[in-house]
Amino acid sequence: MGPIYIVAIGVMAAIAAYLLMSRNVLRMVLGLLLLGNVANLTIFVAGRMGPSLPPIIVDGQTTVAVSANPLPQALILTAIVISFSLIAFTVVLLNKTYQSLRTVDTEKMREAEPIESNSEFDIKQAK
Amino acid sequence: MISSHALLTLPILVPLSGLALTTLLWRMPRLQRIASLVVSGMFLYSAIALINVTIDGTIPATQFGSWKAPFGISFVADNLTSAMVLITAIMSVVVALYHLTESKENSQPMFHPLYHGLLLGVTGAFMTGDIFNMYVWFEIMLIASFGLLVIEGTKEQLDAGVKYVMLNLVMTTVFLVAVAFLYGATGTLNMADLANRVPTIENTGLVSALALLFLLAFASKAALFPLFFWLPASYHAASTPILAIFAALLTKVGVYAIVRCFTLIFPVTESLAIIIGIIAVLTMVTGVLGAASHFDIRKILSFHIISQVGYMLVGVAISTPLALAGSVLYIVHHIVVKANLFLIGGVIRRKTGSYQLKEIGGLHRTAPFLAIMFCIPALSLAGFPPLSGFWAKYLVVKPSLDAGTWYLAATALIVGVLTLYSMLKIWNEAFWKTPKLPPPAQAPCVSFTAQYIAIAILSTITLCIGLNPEPFVTFSIEAANQLTNNSSYINAVLESSYAPH
Repeated sequence: MGPIYIVAIGVMAAIAAYLLMSRNVLRMVLGLLLLGNVANLTIFVAGRMGPSLPPIIVDGQTTVAVSANPLPQALILTAIVISFSLIAFTVVLLNKTYQSLRTVDTEKMREAEPIESNSEFDIKQAK
Repeated sequence: MISSHALLTLPILVPLSGLALTTLLWRMPRLQRIASLVVSGMFLYSAIALINVTIDGTIPATQFGSWKAPFGISFVADNLTSAMVLITAIMSVVVALYHLTESKENSQPMFHPLYHGLLLGVTGAFMTGDIFNMYVWFEIMLIASFGLLVIEGTKEQLDAGVKYVMLNLVMTTVFLVAVAFLYGATGTLNMADLANRVPTIENTGLVSALALLFLLAFASKAALFPLFFWLPASYHAASTPILAIFAALLTKVGVYAIVRCFTLIFPVTESLAIIIGIIAVLTMVTGVLGAASHFDIRKILSFHIISQVGYMLVGVAISTPLALAGSVLYIVHHIVVKANLFLIGGVIRRKTGSYQLKEIGGLHRTAPFLAIMFCIPALSLAGFPPLSGFWAKYLVVKPSLDAGTWYLAATALIVGVLTLYSMLKIWNEAFWKTPKLPPPAQAPCVSFTAQYIAIAILSTITLCIGLNPEPFVTFSIEAANQLTNNSSYINAVLESSYAPH
């Protein structure tokens, strides 16, 4: 199973990188979402894939039998919650940006860094 | 005597309660401001209590949820951590004070909850002893900073916000992937335990790859070359108190993570030292050149953050105790000075109506007190004796000459001169020259009292470090000794247990 997961992680990371390099912010969000899942799968595989028994100590025993590693699952759960909230914020931000700037193209978002007005020369030109 | 558990959780609980309290006071702006200041004062008290314990070299550590280390989440405070928490607390008080008389347009009810959320994330990142937990604190800090950056929802802020959010989210995901790989290689996430386990990994190539992944993730947080683009693209869109707290804390969390990671988990090897050294040089140079090309106060100061972060990295590249002491002192000095300059920039904006140096002037006549207050941090930033920047730069340059890395020392000195050029530019344009246009008529009831007090406090701290550097330097050297000789940190974490009193 391991190699399949690793190949899947690679393919997902490649798609995520492709989407993130787009100028369209919607594609970038999808890229971010995919990248977050790449990270989650990486944690999952890094925690070693073994038996799928739940790690529960049975009554009367003191050690756990051969079972799944619970820690990566706890980490992934945390990471999913965090990435969900951040993506939700990002989508709201982009919606607001679209309403305000009327564009989804990052090249056309030049409000914060207008091309002129930076250097003294440009200010003179503008005047 | 407070238990170490209480000591280590209070600096987290206080901003958390501040977040809750200021949210409840949403519709009462005056009360909200005062509550925010009071909570910041309590935060300062908890930070002082913490540094009181750590200053003699003891390292308090605690575990959450009754899990013994290394299985649970550890909180630990050595000298570096407690110094960072203290300086964060001082900034929180000063910025909350500054906000008391901030103009109406710059005071949204959302500011205070997000502000305390930011402090919460920053403090957590400083205190945690668990690398995954550090990722969580980073995210708390980030989400608060996202909200603060776009708080007014102007076009400029939304544009800056999109770029800031995207770049930062990608880089924290890189951090998470790095944590996953590290966990896969060692089977632990506790930083003290990692310090023991990483040297036992036989595959040295794997260790180098992991170290570089972490460097990549933290470098973008610290705005190092070539990953600094999010900073000048976004910072200047925020309003002054927000900008000051961002400038003081956000990049420094990245620097702290680099210092912690590359003294504890991945001790700097020879090849890594060269990489970090080159990054430091390029960061210093690009930052200062970027600042030289701009005529907007906020943009000049934003680029200077990048340049100054390079100085902090020099200590990590050399990694001798004295060099790391230089980094620690530089971080403290820089936080105070940089926040002060941004606060002064905000007052200039309120007095003249613009951040553009070309449009303003004559402030040495209209605001002589502000002019004096500007000189202290500006000259300190450039490294003039006897101000704090001189001693911080001295502790950066001397170890780099001792270690034979003359290029680090030379860059540090040349960049110091160029920093002076930028500061003189602000001085000449904003304070000295006669303005082209008469300043706009001010609203009659504009009060600057709290803002001047905030600025004066920070300038006094700069003067204190400058005129009496001895205790600060001694403290930094002790902090650096704890960093280079990390067995006391490791023992403190692994031997501590949760023992409620």
